[in-house]
Amino acid sequence: MKDKMMKKNQNNSKKSFIFLSIVIFITLLILILIPEKSSLIMETSYDYFLQMAMVFPAILILMGLFSVWISKEFVMNHLGESSGLKGIVVSFILGALPTGPMFIAFPMAQALHKKGASYTNIVIFLSAWACIKIPQGLVELQFLGVKFMLARLGMTIIFITIMGIIINKLIGSESLKQNR
Amino acid sequence: MQNTTIIINGLILVLLIISFFKNRTKTLNALKIAGKSLLKLSPTILSVILLIGIIYGLFSDKIALLFGQENGVIGFITIAVFGSVMHMPSLLAFPLAGSFLLEGASISSVAAFITTLTMIGIVTLPLEVKTMGKKFTIYRNVFSFIIAIIIATLMGVIL
Repeated sequence: MKDKMMKKNQNNSKKSFIFLSIVIFITLLILILIPEKSSLIMETSYDYFLQMAMVFPAILILMGLFSVWISKEFVMNHLGESSGLKGIVVSFILGALPTGPMFIAFPMAQALHKKGASYTNIVIFLSAWACIKIPQGLVELQFLGVKFMLARLGMTIIFITIMGIIINKLIGSESLKQNR
Repeated sequence: MQNTTIIINGLILVLLIISFFKNRTKTLNALKIAGKSLLKLSPTILSVILLIGIIYGLFSDKIALLFGQENGVIGFITIAVFGSVMHMPSLLAFPLAGSFLLEGASISSVAAFITTLTMIGIVTLPLEVKTMGKKFTIYRNVFSFIIAIIIATLMGVIL
């Protein structure tokens, strides 16, 4: 059983390295073929790299602390299948905290999922992280106006919640069938 | 942005110290878990960072073109697809979107662009699959695309 898991893990990391090599190859190819774009490409990647390097280690430590200190019962009570409206509100608030780029949110979602958070709440958490940020809202207000911002915010909240519930139903019923 | 980084790092450092005094073994365990996930996720994250650079570098100057020759449903869908593929900080995206509105782009196409841009990440797919699994990733991105279209259409009707 454990051997199988190890093997799966190794396969997974092998896949990630193969993927990375392909991406590096493509990047080099583009840099050589389209040299006039190379500075913009490198600058953008470098900016994102810095952004990530400054918060990612800290976020992973937070995830580590989370997994040793927070009990499964606690997460299940607040974000699990039966958490209802409270879980939805908590997920929106967790997601809307100003904490940086999207790729930090995925490991956090994974940690929440492992501790028993429902798919509804994970979808809400990720989507809120992506598009309901307080600083982001202020910029939107400034450049697109108050009506645009509020209308989009209101509808986003409604539709994200609906999407979360639907995805939970879809994945939930499938895993029941497969009897995971 | 800089301030948030300092606050996040400071806050987590404080938590780490408190945890260390409360229980050393648990804290070391936490650090071990953090280290393991760092190793596991780094190749995928590096790939995503490179992809973001490529996509942004190649297509950022095509956005204005897209809004310039906006035509009907096809133009609208093209903008939504473009928003899904593109990845850029919202600090850049909103001023850009604002300028398109001023130049006469429709509200629904601007809303479609912003909503797909923030909610759907084709370039972050590898990371999402790695952490949440294939099925979840497909569902979330497909549904996000659909609701982005719905929100954008409704925005056009309401405003």
